[in-house]
Amino acid sequence: MIKIWSMKKNEEQAAKKKPKTSAAQIRVQKDLTELELSSTMKTNFPDPADLLNFQFIITPDEGMYTGASFTFSFAISTNYPHEPPKVKCVPKIYHPNIDLEGNVCLNILREDWKPVLNLNSIMVGLQYLFLEPNPSDPLNKEAAEDMIKNRATFIDNVKHSLRGGQVKGVQFDRVVN
Amino acid sequence: MATATVAQAADWPGRYHHVDQVLEQPGPRTDEAWMPGAPAKSFRENIKILVIGAGGLGCEILANLALMGFKDIHVIDMDTIDVSNLNRQFLFRPSDVGRPKAIAAAEFIMKRVPGVTVTPYHGKIQDKGTDYYMQFTLVICGLDSVEARRWINATLVDMVDEENQDSLKPLIDGGTEGFRGQARVILPTITSCYECSLDMLNKQTAFPICTIANTPRLPEHCIEWASVLEWPRVRGDEKMDTDNPDHITWLYNLAAARAKDFKIEGVTWALTQGVVKNIIPAIASTNAIIAASCCNEAFKIVTSCAPYLDNYFMMIGTDGVYSYTFQHEKRPECPVCGGELLDISVPRSWTVERFIESLIERQDIQVKKPSLMSGAKQIYFQAPPQLEAATRPNLEKLLSDLVADGSEMTVTATTLPFNLNVRITYI
Repeated sequence: MIKIWSMKKNEEQAAKKKPKTSAAQIRVQKDLTELELSSTMKTNFPDPADLLNFQFIITPDEGMYTGASFTFSFAISTNYPHEPPKVKCVPKIYHPNIDLEGNVCLNILREDWKPVLNLNSIMVGLQYLFLEPNPSDPLNKEAAEDMIKNRATFIDNVKHSLRGGQVKGVQFDRVVN
Repeated sequence: MATATVAQAADWPGRYHHVDQVLEQPGPRTDEAWMPGAPAKSFRENIKILVIGAGGLGCEILANLALMGFKDIHVIDMDTIDVSNLNRQFLFRPSDVGRPKAIAAAEFIMKRVPGVTVTPYHGKIQDKGTDYYMQFTLVICGLDSVEARRWINATLVDMVDEENQDSLKPLIDGGTEGFRGQARVILPTITSCYECSLDMLNKQTAFPICTIANTPRLPEHCIEWASVLEWPRVRGDEKMDTDNPDHITWLYNLAAARAKDFKIEGVTWALTQGVVKNIIPAIASTNAIIAASCCNEAFKIVTSCAPYLDNYFMMIGTDGVYSYTFQHEKRPECPVCGGELLDISVPRSWTVERFIESLIERQDIQVKKPSLMSGAKQIYFQAPPQLEAATRPNLEKLLSDLVADGSEMTVTATTLPFNLNVRITYI
C-alpha cells in the first residue's frame, strides 16, 4: 500500500466532495429542478421532503382526452437512474395503452429505459399517450379494438368514461370537473 | 476431530514457500521503495480484509485469500444457502441448505485452513456504518447486484478523509455473467469509481408491457405477466418475496397456465424463479477466473510486491477468449466521485437570495438558475412550481440560519453537467 496515498497527494484537485446524499437523490434533485413543464402538466408532492415519491398530473388541452385530469404516481428507487421510476395511472381510465390496474405501456418506462433519459422525458412521453393513443400496442385490448373499429364510437366512449360512466360494463373513474 | 488443534497450529515450515518467492525479492517493475522479506510478509499479521458476498464469487475469493496467507478475513452476505447453490458454491454441503451463507462459509474456511480467522456477518451491507468499514485495509466484492455495488462504492468514496490516509480503502470488484467477467480496482477518489462506469452496464432485459399483456411468445413473457401484472392485480399491496417458494409457486402456476393457453413451451419452476429474481447464468469456472484475479490484485496491493491492475480487466469467453485491460477514466460529472468541491466564504449577513446571486455572478462556475440542497434539506428549488413555492420563503432567510458553518451544499443547474458541491465558511 505504499504508493496509493502519494498518488492522491499528487492530485491537483485533492479536495473532493463528500456526498451526504445518495447518487439517486442527487440525480432526482437535478431532474426535478430542471423540469420544464408546460401548463398542461404539474407535479404534486404529498410530502415535499420526499423527492422520490410524488404525483404527476396531466390535463391535456388537445385531443380526445381534453378537459380531464390524469394523476400518475411516481415511485423512484434508490437504484435510479439504473432502474426507471415505477409509474402508475391512479384513476381507472379507458385508454388503449393503460390497463384497468393503472399499468402504462410506454416503452421508456421499461424496455427502452436508459440512464441518459430523465423524469422530463417520461412526463413528455406520458402526455403524448393522451394526444396520440396507440391502438397497435395495446394494454387495454378492448379500448384498442374499439379505437381501430370505429373512431367516432371510441371518442364517445372516451367522453363517457371521463365523466365516470360505464363502457361495456366497466365502471371508470370521473376525471373531469 | 482434530480441527481445533490444527486451527491453532503455527505456520509450518514451507507453508508459504511459493508465495514467498514474490515477497523476498523485487520483480522488474516493483516499486523502488519496496522492502522485501519480513515487511512484505507482514500482511499476514496486520491486514484485515473484507469480502462482500459469499456466493459463487465469494466462495472462491474466501478460499483464495485464505490460501494466500490472509489471516483476518471478514465476510458479509445477506442470503441463505439454496440447493441450487451447491453446484458451484463449494464451501457449502447439502446439510447447510437454509443456513446463512456468511456463517457456513466462515466455518468451512476456518476448518479447512489452519490459522485463519473468518468473521461472518449475516445481513445487509447497509446495516453497517462507516466505523465498521473503516477497520479494513481493503474490500473485495463478489456481488450480483448493481444496487449493492453502488452503495458500497459511494460509501467508500464518502469515507475518504483528506487528513487520514487510512481512510482510503481500495475496492476490488468482480462480476461474472456466463462466460464473461470483469475485475476492477477502484481507489476511491483517485481512480474511476463504480458510478463512473454505470453507463457501461448491459441493460436488464425487459419486455414491452403490451407484449406481456397481449401477445406473449416466450416463456419469460408468461412469467412476467404473472409477476408484473397478475401479482399486483390479485394480491394487491402484498409485497412479493422472491425468496419465498410459495410465492414462486403461485407465479409458476399462473405462468404455466397462460403458457398453455398460448401454446408456449418452457415455463418451469426454476425459470420462473430465475426470471423474477433476475438470476444471471453463473458458470463456476468463470467465477474461478474472476475471483482469482481479484485476489491476485488484493495481494499485490497489500504487499506492494508488483504493480496492480490499473484499473479494469474484462474477459469475454463467449466467442473464443478475448480479454482486455484498460484504464477506465474518471467521469468529471460522476455524482459520487466527480463534481468539484468549491470552498466559498459567505458573510453571515447574506440571505439565500444574495448567496444565489453571488453564485450566478461567479465567472468560474457559469451557473444559471441554481437549485440548492444541503443533505436532504431543500434550500431553494427553481422547479417544479410546488417545490419552488415551498422553498421560496427561504430566499429571504439568512443562509447561516439554514446551513451550518463548514457544511456542504449540492448545487444543480441546467448549465452544470451534473452537480457542484460547495462548502460554506462564514465570515
